[in-house]
Amino acid sequence: MIMFMNNSDSEEEPCNERTSLMSAESPPVPSYQDGLEALEAGEAQAHRRRAAGGSRGPNNIAGGETSGSGVPVRERALENEEEELTLKYGAKHVIMLFVPVTLCMIVVVATIKSVRFYTEKNGQLIYTPFSEDTPSVGQRLLNSVLNTIVMISVIIVMTVFLVLLYKYRCYKFIHGWLILSSLMLLFLFTYIYLGEVLKTYNVAMDYPTLFIVIWNFGAVGMICIHWKGPLQLQQAYLIMISALMALVFIKYLPEWSAWVILGAISIYDLMAVLCPKGPLRMLVETAQERNEPIFPALIYSSAMMWTVGMAKPDTAARGPSQQTWDAAEDGREHLRSPSHAESQMSETRSPVPTRPVTSLEELEEEERGVKLGLGDFIFYSVLVGKAAATASGDWNTTLACFVAILIGLCLTLLLLAVFKKALPALPISITFGLIFYFSTDNLVRPFMDTLASHQLYI
Amino acid sequence: MGAAVFWGCSAIAFGPAAALVLLTVAAEPLRVIVLVAGAFFWLLSLLAASLLWFVWAQLSGREDAALLPLGAAAAVLLQELCRFACFKVLKKADEGLATLSEDGQSPISVRQMAYVSGLSFGIISGVFSISNILADSAGPGTVGIHGDSPYYFITSAFLTMALVLLHTFWGIIFFDACERRRAGGLGLVVGSHLLTSGLTFLNPWYEASLGPIFILTLCTGLWAFGTAGGSFHNVLKCLSCKQEPEGQVMLYSALQVPPEE
Repeated sequence: MIMFMNNSDSEEEPCNERTSLMSAESPPVPSYQDGLEALEAGEAQAHRRRAAGGSRGPNNIAGGETSGSGVPVRERALENEEEELTLKYGAKHVIMLFVPVTLCMIVVVATIKSVRFYTEKNGQLIYTPFSEDTPSVGQRLLNSVLNTIVMISVIIVMTVFLVLLYKYRCYKFIHGWLILSSLMLLFLFTYIYLGEVLKTYNVAMDYPTLFIVIWNFGAVGMICIHWKGPLQLQQAYLIMISALMALVFIKYLPEWSAWVILGAISIYDLMAVLCPKGPLRMLVETAQERNEPIFPALIYSSAMMWTVGMAKPDTAARGPSQQTWDAAEDGREHLRSPSHAESQMSETRSPVPTRPVTSLEELEEEERGVKLGLGDFIFYSVLVGKAAATASGDWNTTLACFVAILIGLCLTLLLLAVFKKALPALPISITFGLIFYFSTDNLVRPFMDTLASHQLYI
Repeated sequence: MGAAVFWGCSAIAFGPAAALVLLTVAAEPLRVIVLVAGAFFWLLSLLAASLLWFVWAQLSGREDAALLPLGAAAAVLLQELCRFACFKVLKKADEGLATLSEDGQSPISVRQMAYVSGLSFGIISGVFSISNILADSAGPGTVGIHGDSPYYFITSAFLTMALVLLHTFWGIIFFDACERRRAGGLGLVVGSHLLTSGLTFLNPWYEASLGPIFILTLCTGLWAFGTAGGSFHNVLKCLSCKQEPEGQVMLYSALQVPPEE
């Protein structure tokens, strides 16, 4: 998952960008105007394929996992804009990401704690072929490491495949893949989820009603995510599909494998985004060369990006959206399975309402959106959801992981403001989350339980 | 037991905190970030305290209950240490924000950060103390069936509320004492925290623990109010809703370019 600054679509944008959170003396950086958009695209990463359980058989259409956590934070500063204002936008951007991440986690934790289905063990995905039902600890550890290796290799293959497809401009393929992925997620997984929730609360629903509900939900979701729709509705759909994906992961990844995979994927993310030959970095650079925004899909964006650069008449304004659309197509193809498609949903599609852009200030306002790849949402929610599922009924562990992830996100955004280039959003948060999970579960829990049993407060 | 107890105790424990957050913190992004950062620091202190407890319990081999006073005291001291660390980090951040801003003024003052970080310590401390208890209270059961007090839930809720408020007040006093380098304030904060924790050892003798803790909360609140610059005069002024006439009036005419002769 990458976070990075997003640049405006239009090169003719008269304003220069300045980095936010930098000291006032830093000069405006015109060069960012072009390439940054490409950075955004680079985030699309490995999609996780998640065949819905073993019963579906290998539904691995191509399950690369796109760990696209791109978070382009773009702080554009007007010529006479205050540093303070820039910084305020920095803090505002952090909150704009806190809210959806928190919402996604709340949905996942609420589901895990109430619906038994997602904590029952019902087979494994083919991406984790080794079983963990072995008697010895060493064997179990070995199996989980092997599972991780298999999963990460699939992700790497998928990401490389995506980069190649993007390089050779197979946009249609990407687009079709993405559509298939989101179809599966919006219809099938939602149907399963709704079924389980209804079962848990013992609510009866007849098939015609169910059909109408699922059909409407899915159709509106497809439109919002792939075409146009109100920003908040699009954001809501992206959050919901991230939560659904995370729930599938929580259900089908075996215990130890899940933790090792979380650790491995953050290392992979770090390398893929920062190493010169990393697939994600190459993706970003390719998009930069072509001057197109990469993979607007599969990215959660908190503001309308397309109004950027609309100081010009309609034709110019139309341009960026078309570009992004194509770029989104590119981003989609990497999705192998529907699961990652959704993870890669970006809402770039949606915010193209005709907005009369009048002043440059408005442009700047609108443009300051923060983007985070859906893969990041998914993995954050997997960590917190696993903590909720496996921490022996303890709420403290879940809360500690939640705070850890938020702090990691905050630090990553700070680094983003400092370095102003695509950054992986997983490593810091997942590291903090893992540390807090294991330490809270093993050290803090007995201490707090002892204190609570004597009604002692510290 | 059941939903009524759950919602009632949650409201008692977190009502003031929720009101404070919604009214004063939620609207400002910087304050929300400080809130989360404060929670993180408190978690670090709890981690350190639990590690210490774990090592002690393993080394001494004694049963847990005998080590509890020591463990609780260590936890209190570590919390105050982390509050100090939080102060240092926030002060640095404040200076950074001030340099970044154009007029040299940070968008958030140290006093505001003191309040928000104290509140965050309180909220996370309260949540960690009572969340499992609340989760249990929503389910079936009989309180005190083995001879313990039947008022466990409600007293826990009140204690949590007091703790949340106390942490907020301690945060304000502590940061102010650190700013002015007054060891007295620091000592009093640490002392009253230890006293509060010690009083909870008197549970279930609630008259001796809850009563003094609430009196302590009130006194600390008044002290924090005074530290933050409040006074009886201010309260009266606020209550009378009088608009103070502006001391300075900006004359825009003075800023205009004088007309050409």
